[in-house]
Amino acid sequence: MSALTQSTPAAASTEAAPEKELRPPSYWPFVVPALVVVLAIIIFPWVFTIWMSLNEWKVGSPTTLVGFSNYLRLTSDPRFIEAIGHTMVYTALSVLLPLVLGTFAAVVFHQKFAGRGFLRGIFIMPMMATPVAIALVWTMMFHPQLGVLNYLLSLVGIPALLWVFHPATVIPSLVLVETWQWTPLVMLIVLGGLAAIPTEPYESAQIDGASFWQVFRFITLPLIMPFLFIAGMIRMIDAVKSFDIIFAITQGGPGSASETINIYLYSVAFTYYDLGYGSAIAVVFFLLIVLLTAVMLYARQRMLWTEIASGA
Amino acid sequence: MANHNISRRTLLTGTAAAGALSLTGLPARAEVNWKKYAGTKLEVILAKGPRGDNLQKNIKEFTELTGIQVESEQIPEQQQRQKVVIELTSGRPSFDVVHLSYHVQKRQFEKAGWLADMTPFMKDPTLTAPDLVESDFSAAGLQYAKNDKGQMLSLPWSVDYFILYYNKELFQKKGVAVPKTFDEMVAAAEKLTDPKDGTYGFVGRGLRNANMTLWTNFFLNYGGEFLDAKGNILTDGPEAIAATKLYQTLLTKVAPPGVAGFNWMESMASFTQGRSAMWIDGVGWAPPLEDPAASRVVGKVGYTVVPAGPKGQYSATYGDGIGIAAASKNKEAAYLLCQWVVSKKQGARLLQAGGGVPFRNSILNDPEIQSGVKMPKEWLQSVIDSAKISKLGLPVVIPVAEFRDLVGAALTSTLSGADPATELKKAHEQYRPILERSEKA
Repeated sequence: MSALTQSTPAAASTEAAPEKELRPPSYWPFVVPALVVVLAIIIFPWVFTIWMSLNEWKVGSPTTLVGFSNYLRLTSDPRFIEAIGHTMVYTALSVLLPLVLGTFAAVVFHQKFAGRGFLRGIFIMPMMATPVAIALVWTMMFHPQLGVLNYLLSLVGIPALLWVFHPATVIPSLVLVETWQWTPLVMLIVLGGLAAIPTEPYESAQIDGASFWQVFRFITLPLIMPFLFIAGMIRMIDAVKSFDIIFAITQGGPGSASETINIYLYSVAFTYYDLGYGSAIAVVFFLLIVLLTAVMLYARQRMLWTEIASGA
Repeated sequence: MANHNISRRTLLTGTAAAGALSLTGLPARAEVNWKKYAGTKLEVILAKGPRGDNLQKNIKEFTELTGIQVESEQIPEQQQRQKVVIELTSGRPSFDVVHLSYHVQKRQFEKAGWLADMTPFMKDPTLTAPDLVESDFSAAGLQYAKNDKGQMLSLPWSVDYFILYYNKELFQKKGVAVPKTFDEMVAAAEKLTDPKDGTYGFVGRGLRNANMTLWTNFFLNYGGEFLDAKGNILTDGPEAIAATKLYQTLLTKVAPPGVAGFNWMESMASFTQGRSAMWIDGVGWAPPLEDPAASRVVGKVGYTVVPAGPKGQYSATYGDGIGIAAASKNKEAAYLLCQWVVSKKQGARLLQAGGGVPFRNSILNDPEIQSGVKMPKEWLQSVIDSAKISKLGLPVVIPVAEFRDLVGAALTSTLSGADPATELKKAHEQYRPILERSEKA
């Protein structure tokens, strides 16, 4: 991403200017295919979605232009407002937990020990499985009467939990599945970062008598920050749009305790066939994601990670 | 038709019919010309399940009979409903024949005009076998298949009554009698519940949306009606509150922990493992309960009708049908297929395997077919008894899915202690505008 933002202005200013008069602007035909694709699969669907959101558009009924009334309906729709909250909590937890655990795993797997390659392979396996298949297996493991998780808890004397079958524990339980599946991804990214760190800072730290925690806090962590940032970004994008695991395990239940914006949007558009209202949700959801991304980008600026990266 | 001269063909048919009449004593009818559409190709879209299996397994017989080629696909229920709606909306569906869920899709399909009218076909003796008559279908089936104008828009295929499954062994151990009323059911469930032992008196759907199909059994037996004459929804009235209180009592006091997230699958798991003594759900679960590979309660399951409430005894009824897409170019051939799907032979197979219950009385009441049923006799009896007290299990409106989601979520909240009346009121405040919007559109 940094390469893109940095190189485009430079290329435009240095190369285009002197050759401008030699070459007629005949490059336009080459842009056309890409332009057509972008128009057809990005711009048009978006404009059409916005158009649909301004209409009362129900499958099987004629459509009527209603202006912003779908958006007004959103402000007084308790299910939508709750869904925003659920999405936030779900996203925050399923970005943070894999980040922390993945970093920890990466530090562990960065050490040299016997069977490391094999264990790494095992550790990565959850990532390779199909989410829906995983979801079905976890649903069975969560079963409060017959599931293996409560059996395991009973072995160590912890009373049975209700997992995804209770409104209070459903989101943490879903995050557990998400974390189990995606911690390896964070681990892989951070492991790549660790491999790129030079050994000199560690040597001088050793000479200065730094403790393990100090080394991690003041050397490793700042140096892998750019990688953590990328991992966090990928996790956030995945978590916000997470659908398969939630849908397959709870369908947004019990009640609507795990109904995220995505699940609600799906219900409105494809179960209630209310395409106009569904489109309005999609537009608001999109704005929300843009906002989140902007916050992330701002945070990136604050961390000055590009400088750290180039310094390393 | 204005021509009053008798043609040779009419004369011959008439004579043949008269001959047949004198021989068999049956009323005269022209023969169905099964081969008339030989060579036609039909596409069928099915919801996954025993009905679809039964069609696909025996479709060769239909092709032999008619020379019509049939391509069919089975898709999981929820996805099938979506796919069908999206394709029908486009105006050019990829299928001629469609399998539909009446309790979810009836009004939607009627209002959009997606199905072809079968009434003229049913009156045509060259297209319809003499044993297929309207009066053979149960009242619920006709209520589902016909629109306000009395047109047959589909053929009722399979009905789903809710019945009470109970574990005879657990009942015997605690000396409990099979409940006949709701009060008895609650008392029995309390006796049968033993958390230390891991067994509970009652299990049923707690999951939002799915739970509505259980709750309506209570609602109907407390005397509830879904809609008034003007089409206003009544499911937050006193009957609904009483039904919700019963639902809350059963699912919080005598049901396994976590039941708020149970659909039929989790409920069935609890029942087949012998952990729950009673279960109210659709009649189609007998095969897995009696399958030694999947169940620990084989041979110990009792089957009976849903207990009576203070205002009556009804079995909430759901069902599916088979119809022809209005946009299909092969409507007659498609009709022949629909007719074969609900034929006596196919219906008998479905019933005998326990995979579904035909809407046709002539199948259900045929002693020969009954004797071939592979499920326990009690199961068949519960089906026959339920048919007599059957009542539609969901309001016939367009936004059924919203109804099930919103009111279903209210029910689920009562399981974590919320007040039934307040929750129902809140859900209906959200639902009423949706219903209004969709009915006026």
